Amino acid sequence: MTDAYIFDHVRSPRGRGKKDGSLHSVTPINLLAQMFTAIKDRNDFDVTAIDDVITGCVTAVGEQGGNIGRFAAIMADYGDEVPGMHVNRFCASGLVAANYAAARVMAGQADLMIGSGVESMSRVQMGFDGGAWLIDPQVTNKISSVLQGISADMIATKYGFSRTDCDQYAVLSQERTKSAWDKGHFNNSIIPIKDSIGQVLLDRDEHMRPGTTVEDLGNLKSSFNDMGEIGFDSVILQKYPEIENVIHVHHAGNASGIVDGAAAMLIGTKEAGEKHALKPRARLVSFADTGTDPSIMLTGPGKSARAALARAGLSKDDIDVWEINEAFASVVLRFCQEMDLSTKQVNVNGGAIAMGHPLGATGNMLLGIALDELERTNKRYALVTLCVAGGMATATIIERI
Amino acid sequence: MTNKAIKFELDNDNIALLTIDVEGQSMNVINEDFLRELKAHIEKISSDDNIKGAVICSGKDNAFLAGADLNMLLGDLAMNDQASPEDIFKTSFSLNKLFRSLETCGKPIAVAIAGLTLGGGLELAMSCHYRVVADNDKIKMGLPEIQVGLIPGAGGTQRLPRLMGIQAALPYMLQGKNMSPKQALASGVIHEIAPVGDIINKAKAWILGGGKAEQPWDQKRFKIPGGQGVYDPNIVQTFMGAPAMTQKQTKNNYPAAVAILSAVYEGHQLPIDLALKVESTYFAQQIMGTVAPNMIRTLFVNKNKADKLIRRPKDQPEMKTKKLGMLGAGLMGGGIAYVSAMAGIEVVLLDRELEFAQKGKDYSKTLLDKAVSRKKINQEKADHILSLITPTADYADLEGCDLVIEAVLEDVDVKADVTKKTQAVVPDSCIYGSNTSTLPISILAKASKDQQKFIGIHFFSPVDKMPLVEIILGKNTGDEALAKALDYVRQIRKTPIVVNDSRGFYTSRCFMTYPVEASNMLAEGVSPVLIENCGVYAGMAVGPFAVNDEVGIELSYHIGQATKAALGDAYKAEACDGVIEKLYKELGRKGKKNHKGFYEYPEGGKKFIWPGLATHYPLAPEQPNQEYVTKRLMYRQALEVARCYQENVVTDPEDADIGAIFGWGFAPWTGGPLSMIDTIGVDKFVEECDALAQKHGSMFDVPENLRKMSANGETFYGS
Repeated sequence: MTDAYIFDHVRSPRGRGKKDGSLHSVTPINLLAQMFTAIKDRNDFDVTAIDDVITGCVTAVGEQGGNIGRFAAIMADYGDEVPGMHVNRFCASGLVAANYAAARVMAGQADLMIGSGVESMSRVQMGFDGGAWLIDPQVTNKISSVLQGISADMIATKYGFSRTDCDQYAVLSQERTKSAWDKGHFNNSIIPIKDSIGQVLLDRDEHMRPGTTVEDLGNLKSSFNDMGEIGFDSVILQKYPEIENVIHVHHAGNASGIVDGAAAMLIGTKEAGEKHALKPRARLVSFADTGTDPSIMLTGPGKSARAALARAGLSKDDIDVWEINEAFASVVLRFCQEMDLSTKQVNVNGGAIAMGHPLGATGNMLLGIALDELERTNKRYALVTLCVAGGMATATIIERI
Repeated sequence: MTNKAIKFELDNDNIALLTIDVEGQSMNVINEDFLRELKAHIEKISSDDNIKGAVICSGKDNAFLAGADLNMLLGDLAMNDQASPEDIFKTSFSLNKLFRSLETCGKPIAVAIAGLTLGGGLELAMSCHYRVVADNDKIKMGLPEIQVGLIPGAGGTQRLPRLMGIQAALPYMLQGKNMSPKQALASGVIHEIAPVGDIINKAKAWILGGGKAEQPWDQKRFKIPGGQGVYDPNIVQTFMGAPAMTQKQTKNNYPAAVAILSAVYEGHQLPIDLALKVESTYFAQQIMGTVAPNMIRTLFVNKNKADKLIRRPKDQPEMKTKKLGMLGAGLMGGGIAYVSAMAGIEVVLLDRELEFAQKGKDYSKTLLDKAVSRKKINQEKADHILSLITPTADYADLEGCDLVIEAVLEDVDVKADVTKKTQAVVPDSCIYGSNTSTLPISILAKASKDQQKFIGIHFFSPVDKMPLVEIILGKNTGDEALAKALDYVRQIRKTPIVVNDSRGFYTSRCFMTYPVEASNMLAEGVSPVLIENCGVYAGMAVGPFAVNDEVGIELSYHIGQATKAALGDAYKAEACDGVIEKLYKELGRKGKKNHKGFYEYPEGGKKFIWPGLATHYPLAPEQPNQEYVTKRLMYRQALEVARCYQENVVTDPEDADIGAIFGWGFAPWTGGPLSMIDTIGVDKFVEECDALAQKHGSMFDVPENLRKMSANGETFYGS
């Protein structure tokens, strides 16, 4: 099997996913194209050598529909000859795009690939693509489909995380994110987003709320009480008959934020790197996609992490840097509980609770953040994982070169 | 052609008048005659150039059309095992095809409605081009099929949403609720309301005024009000929420609910002809399942037979109760007085002190005041009903009573005393009923002058809400007493079952096994939340611990003690006994009464399982799964029912199943415990109970009758 290497990674700052967000005026294809342009400019190589562009995007309808990556590459002046495809594994799409780009390389069917992700949540509303798993009664009944927030609350209930546990973790995320920005940990990868005449629209995450305290968060009302009451609590409780009630602990302050963002990763063989003068920064060691109960939905990361570790022949203790997507505080807490990790060991530069979670891009961003951290600390292995709607999860292990 | 269901007339304007008047039925229902004749009439209306259009109405006052004849349907179902899916689909689709041919016959069809319009009745109406309904708020229109485990199968899931919008239509089908003519007009289901004498003329006038023979959904630019299609945010929201709201109610025990949602979800995206096929597929799916046949049999066919007093001795003349002596004015006595007065029966409400008797009457006053404030009845009528109840502490006032019901303290001596005092006053012909829930009727009857006239009339609490009355025959109870008791139950519009004397009779005896088995499991260290939820999710009306709290842990203790004393060495102790004793005697937890039971009842808050249970009954490290816990709860009850059947306590499977569902809230979707055993398969049930008995003890011992049935390949309901 051919080894797949990461040569470069870029990501946008994350703009608030609302009409007043700094990236709201930027079309998603433009957002993604600016990532592709950065890859080209930073590495100064012949981009027509790229065999394919894979783009993760979750709500792939409207201006995010129609295989956005193919046309973003053209917009970034990669020429007509670089094809593109779209993948959707919900929240892990951006990571899966990198994994599958690597897989093509490993299989000997490509030399140079881009794995990328984009989501402009301010422009294309989450859930706007519908889906049988949400609205077809035969399907929703079969899988006991509930809103993700209800699943996250059930995780907290079932595994014993209190509202305060979740809020404390959220504050930690804010502190770490601020510290990471202040210390410049993200400087190597963040690409400021510009308008058509080159004015900078955003060069720093704008969803963060540094200085948030547990007391501040304590004042927020939990978000899913009402939806739980109309029936969703019942649906998931019927799946877990040992639980009496769902305790609703999540709110906007301890769940991932809605933001706009994009990211890209240049991946290829050692030979392609040599040919185009690209320096390998890390090797993609292993990855895994797994499925678990779609109703509680977000408990998959432990399983996928173990699967990726097993595939790599590594143990938990070999991993130096852990990234577990902060979709909801309880997801991170459960992952740590299941993997017997301290929250000190994961997400040391903060995460989506503070920075936001641009669905299709986040996985790609997390892989980049892990790579930066390995380089900063001179460590070897990083494991990145995300919980995924419908009970899935994806995990990837990389090794710094 | 002879008309057995639909009369055909042509008026001077060449408008056909189809009058539905189904022979041999008190209420119009869709039966084979109806189908055959409607088909012929449609063909004639369509092909005869002279006929301008048609008006459909009813020849019966009470109903326009009350839906399909479920007896006929059950007959069709009986051949289920042999029928192929194709056959069942064909049968299911035939009504859709017929109604579709009506709305596409090329002539304007109007319907004039003056009575009950349910199920297939409303579906027929919606297949007409114009609907006029009489201005009578009491007319009920709706699609209640789900109540017997079915889905609307003659276009209801397609036409109702197309008329009133999907979100508005779903509750009518998922909950089976009715609409009044005014609601139907406001939501676009009908076109016009008119005085009852004018409805046919209004319908004709619409035809003569050039009414179009085309349904909205056959027009090119038709749009469903409120949105349609999976790209519509309203529709997305509806279909995200509705299944969850539905599952909260159904606990996934009623497949018809999901079928209705799917028929609407899939069908509304299709042209009507294809949509109707999708509906018929989901209808056939219910017919091919087990829930609908069981529900139809018990909740409709057999319940109707019970309501019509199938168990009544035929040779006894009708004996309506005119004056009831109600002995004891407590919660039960007060409730019985209320339902009796509501039926127009004069009631003498007797208690030891006039004050207590008056308090019993106040129970009726409270209920009637509420009914008046909700405009259910007027003040005058309420006053009259209340005036029928005479509170007293004087036995002499019982003079002239033709029926007496005793509901005093559960004590043989106290009851004997009351019987004697009463019989000293009432005429010899008076039938004497006891509402005891625990003491054998044959023992109580010994205090009576005439044991033939002594009978058990067992009500359930709260009397005004619970639909069942359990009639208990003592050893010497005569036919006259039975006929009298049944006639009375019919008067107060409740459903009777008739059982033989036994400790706890039928319902109390079987019901108790449910909380008992729950406590047995608790004692073993099974999670009380898991046990409770398994009961609720299995479709029981209430969880076993909640119901034990309602009944009272105190009462459970006393019944247990009494049973122990009565049975002596024959008494079989269970782990539950210790749980009840500990909770009541040691911990002072009496149940809901003192806000301390298996549950905690915080002031103004939601009740929750008492966390202290975990201290006394620590969770076992290995917990059984949901299926296993559910089996123990449900099989335990079903076994006791089977034992009652073997011991002749209950003599008919029909009574056993009706009594279980309406008496103690046994899961209605099963059709009752004996239907449940049939559905599981007697073989398999016996085998599983043997395994449970091996593991948990003799409470799961299989009675001989069941074993015999299993060996002979028999079932309770035959087939």
